[in-house]
Amino acid sequence: MGRRLADLFQGHPRLTVAALLAAPIGWLVIGYLGSLAVMLAASFWHLNELSGEVTQGFSLDNFDTIFSDEVYRTITFRTIGVAAAVTVTDAILAFPIAFYMAKLAKPRMQSVLVVAVLLPLWSSYLVKVGAWRLMLSEDGAINWALSPFGLHGPGYGTVAVWLVMSYIWLPYMIIPIYAGLQRIPDSLLSASEDLGAKPAKTFRKVIMPLTFPAIVAGSIFTFSLTLGDYITPANVGNKQFIGNVVYSNFVANLPLAAAITVIPIVVMVIYLLIARRFGAFEHV
Amino acid sequence: MTFTPLTRNLLRVAVAITLAFIYIPLLIILLYSMNPEQTLSWPPESLTLEWFPKAIQDQAARDALWNSVKVGAAATSIALVLGTLASLAVARHKFFGRESITFLVLIPIALPGIVTGIALNATFTQVFDMKLTLFTVIVAHATFCIVIVFNNAAARLRRMSTTLEDASADLGATPWTTFRRVTLPNMRSALVAGGLLAFALSFDEIVVTNFTIGAGDQTLPIYIFNTLFRPNQPGKVYAVAVIAILLSMIPVYIANRLTKEESVTASGAGAGTPIPEP
Repeated sequence: MGRRLADLFQGHPRLTVAALLAAPIGWLVIGYLGSLAVMLAASFWHLNELSGEVTQGFSLDNFDTIFSDEVYRTITFRTIGVAAAVTVTDAILAFPIAFYMAKLAKPRMQSVLVVAVLLPLWSSYLVKVGAWRLMLSEDGAINWALSPFGLHGPGYGTVAVWLVMSYIWLPYMIIPIYAGLQRIPDSLLSASEDLGAKPAKTFRKVIMPLTFPAIVAGSIFTFSLTLGDYITPANVGNKQFIGNVVYSNFVANLPLAAAITVIPIVVMVIYLLIARRFGAFEHV
Repeated sequence: MTFTPLTRNLLRVAVAITLAFIYIPLLIILLYSMNPEQTLSWPPESLTLEWFPKAIQDQAARDALWNSVKVGAAATSIALVLGTLASLAVARHKFFGRESITFLVLIPIALPGIVTGIALNATFTQVFDMKLTLFTVIVAHATFCIVIVFNNAAARLRRMSTTLEDASADLGATPWTTFRRVTLPNMRSALVAGGLLAFALSFDEIVVTNFTIGAGDQTLPIYIFNTLFRPNQPGKVYAVAVIAILLSMIPVYIANRLTKEESVTASGAGAGTPIPEP
């Protein structure tokens, strides 16, 4: 039986590919993309006014609410603005350490630094938010450290959200930039130097263009993760973000929550299409 | 490229500041976990280790940890099977739409967690009329863990020459035998690394979990989420948090050791590029 099955696949590479892909594609297309389709459909449903139950029928009420209510526009622009600010901040913060790791550190130091950046990547997202909530509080560590200089920390607010999100997603930017810089052969940098370029020019004309796709790759994470976060704004902010509105609506009014979720989806689809043009997918 | 001593030293300072920025908040939580007082003002006036035994004995935290282990193990197992299959197709075969597969496995983590969370919640509750349980969490976690295994496995397959597999086929081995005796042994450490990272990602996940878990169930992040921000026994909660951090760092550390040769990425942490060479 096994033998005959094997013979069947032997001369038919397409059959092999189909057999290999059936399960993963089935899961992701039917399970995941199917769920996204359900969510899109749900965004056209509405709540029965009397029972408060979800009624499955076509209605544009939710989108009407989102487009006509000023609040949603403000929240969308605030969220996209902070996501963009976090992305730029992380790119600036990540570059020096990534450059040192890739081009100056000795191999031993390099692997120590990679581990140091990777370890907190997937651990303790909540604990990080909790730590900053403590640090930013009125009698927290930040005001304690600033008070000798007569300064005062930002307290809870949108500045704190920007700061904390930049902190939390920073490793997601360091790793792709580091990997991107590692791919640039040292000889290329030497060549630029030999041809008389000053370090600033080498940076501008050689390093930046070659690392840009990697920066865009990192930005997919910093941007997307900021766009969907509701825990950070709820704990160190004082204003609503897209995530908060979705989260607060999903129990009471699932169709409206689904309709609001369309905003980050549209934003991310546009972002991913632009990112692909920059060749970022080779670096994620 | 030559660097002036000034450039070197400036970069060293930048590295030190960045690392301090990354680790200081974690150290602050460590100090709060040793704070005997109920107050949260900085700095703690004295230190104690009394919260750690209390944290370890907390039954709700233990149940939550056990749930997290179950969810992580089940989601990782599914992701290992699906991710390996997809990586074999993409790295060993040429076919129409191959790049789309790489994109498809990436979407669940490239889209914000609330999108995945709401989508799966709507499907489970509205289409299948399912009760949210740990099972629904496992399905959700498996979906975004596939890319981690895929990236690690595909990176390894691309580095492995196909000559051994060809030789095996020439000597009359069936594709299944070749996979079992040649391909799989060479992929093993990449799969272990991918599995560990997938487990770590699941172990720490809160956003999608919040939308797909039943009201009565708790994973460790849900337990921390419910207690951390308005704690009535702060020291104990922070001690649980410190233990959670340490536990989740172990798989990431081992995975990094196992895939030292491959370059790192943020969506695979130990793997190379997911896009196959043309």
